[in-house]
Amino acid sequence: MCGIVGIYLKTKKYEKHLGKFLSGMLDGMATRGPDSAGFAIYTKENKNTFKYSICLDEIKENDFKKKISKFIKKIKLTSYADHVVLETNEKPSKILNLLKKEIPEVSLVGYGKSINIFKQTGNPKDVVKKFKLSSFSGTHGIGHTRMATESAITTQGSHPYSTSEDECLVHNGSLSNHNNVRRSLIKDGQNFNSENDTEVAAGYISNQISKGEDLEKTLKNSLKDLDGFYTFIAGTKDGFALLRDEIACKPAVVAETKDYVAVASEFQAMAHLPNVNSAKIFEPKPGVVYHW
Amino acid sequence: MNFDLNKKTLREVNQHLQNVDRKKNTRKFEILNPQGQHAICAGLKDDIDVTVKGHTGYYCAGMNQKATVTVHGNVGTGVAENMMSGKIVVKGNASQSAGATGHGGALIIEGDASSRCGISMKGIDIVVKGSVGHMSAFMAQKGNLVVMGDADADLGDSIYEAKIFVKGKVKSLGADCVEKKMDKKNIDELSKLFKNLGIKEDPKKYKRYGSSRNLYNFKIDNVSAY
Repeated sequence: MCGIVGIYLKTKKYEKHLGKFLSGMLDGMATRGPDSAGFAIYTKENKNTFKYSICLDEIKENDFKKKISKFIKKIKLTSYADHVVLETNEKPSKILNLLKKEIPEVSLVGYGKSINIFKQTGNPKDVVKKFKLSSFSGTHGIGHTRMATESAITTQGSHPYSTSEDECLVHNGSLSNHNNVRRSLIKDGQNFNSENDTEVAAGYISNQISKGEDLEKTLKNSLKDLDGFYTFIAGTKDGFALLRDEIACKPAVVAETKDYVAVASEFQAMAHLPNVNSAKIFEPKPGVVYHW
Repeated sequence: MNFDLNKKTLREVNQHLQNVDRKKNTRKFEILNPQGQHAICAGLKDDIDVTVKGHTGYYCAGMNQKATVTVHGNVGTGVAENMMSGKIVVKGNASQSAGATGHGGALIIEGDASSRCGISMKGIDIVVKGSVGHMSAFMAQKGNLVVMGDADADLGDSIYEAKIFVKGKVKSLGADCVEKKMDKKNIDELSKLFKNLGIKEDPKKYKRYGSSRNLYNFKIDNVSAY
């Protein structure tokens, strides 16, 4: 089943409340996905600083700090439950390599100049509390509540999947040709960390964008290359895009006001948003890319 | 009588509406703060009048018998699904599978209806004042789907003996669905349908679509059954 949500603020009015809105939306979708939850919050882009969202798993924050400090001096660590956000001016090529080689016991959830990304197993209602999602501010965010089907209930199997700088994807549905697509993407240099079908879709999008396609064209291409059923929300530092497959058996509803655009699997996830009863509410058409 | 879903559980409200005391004269009810909850007004079976003020979730007024339900908002998937009789009016848009498998009664959607509107309908009358999404009236068996706006791709795919009337454009017809002649009998039928539902509309502006009867085993001996 799974639930997906996204909110994009058109004005600055609610930036301080973004986390609170997204938290309520994930809460409302807990019924569709009680196994795990995750979310990405985008803030204004930093000029030089990169943010790396890292899941520490078993390792303690202090031990991680000691280890990473051996290699880079100027860092800032902020702790969120069992995740940390590492801020540094060091380029992704260096940090990604460093984490993989020297501290393989932690897993990188995502990185970029704008994105904060967290995910964890457990009921979404508990997960959002653990990460204190309500306290976040930002410009837009997407989230996911998972009912596991394609792979096990693990943090690695949770959404969103981020396979490139400031990009991430949440997915409701399942893909049937993900093994084939994964094999051809690996040949093309894309890395994967799980057996999950959504990670393949995220990798597909990153791969196309790295070749110079824009997000809209990439999603259009996915209609012919990805086989299965899906509603996708793909986040970037500028906003997010929404796509349902051409059969459209996976739900989505959009509510738009002058201040925000919200997307969710079901309306009940948006019922708490301000002025939602007077919002323009519609169901996105199959096979059409919407972006904000 | 008012019910506020911020104060009462949906189960309490539905149970009350499903078991109306017939000795009392209270026949009008109002539901406030529906908050997109699922199955609001499902399984009503008496001649009562319910107004829902706000947006609802899935299967609103499903399995309805006799009751009139008016939703001042949008409805989620499967509004009036498997409805037997009565009347459901949606003031906003409807999500997919509106009126699915409906046996009787009338469903009026004042906005747009999404994909698969009237899927497998079995006798219900559905009037959509806006447009309908793709694969509407899929495998529709009996009843009327009337669309004042446009219909998206694959209208009436694998249709049986339901009738489709569309005033706007049809993007494409599904397998075994064809345009049919709109003769006097059909105009009179549609005119009667509009009149019964209190809708002022000229039936002559509509085109009719239905089954070409190549896909399923249609026997002319059974024609009186439709």
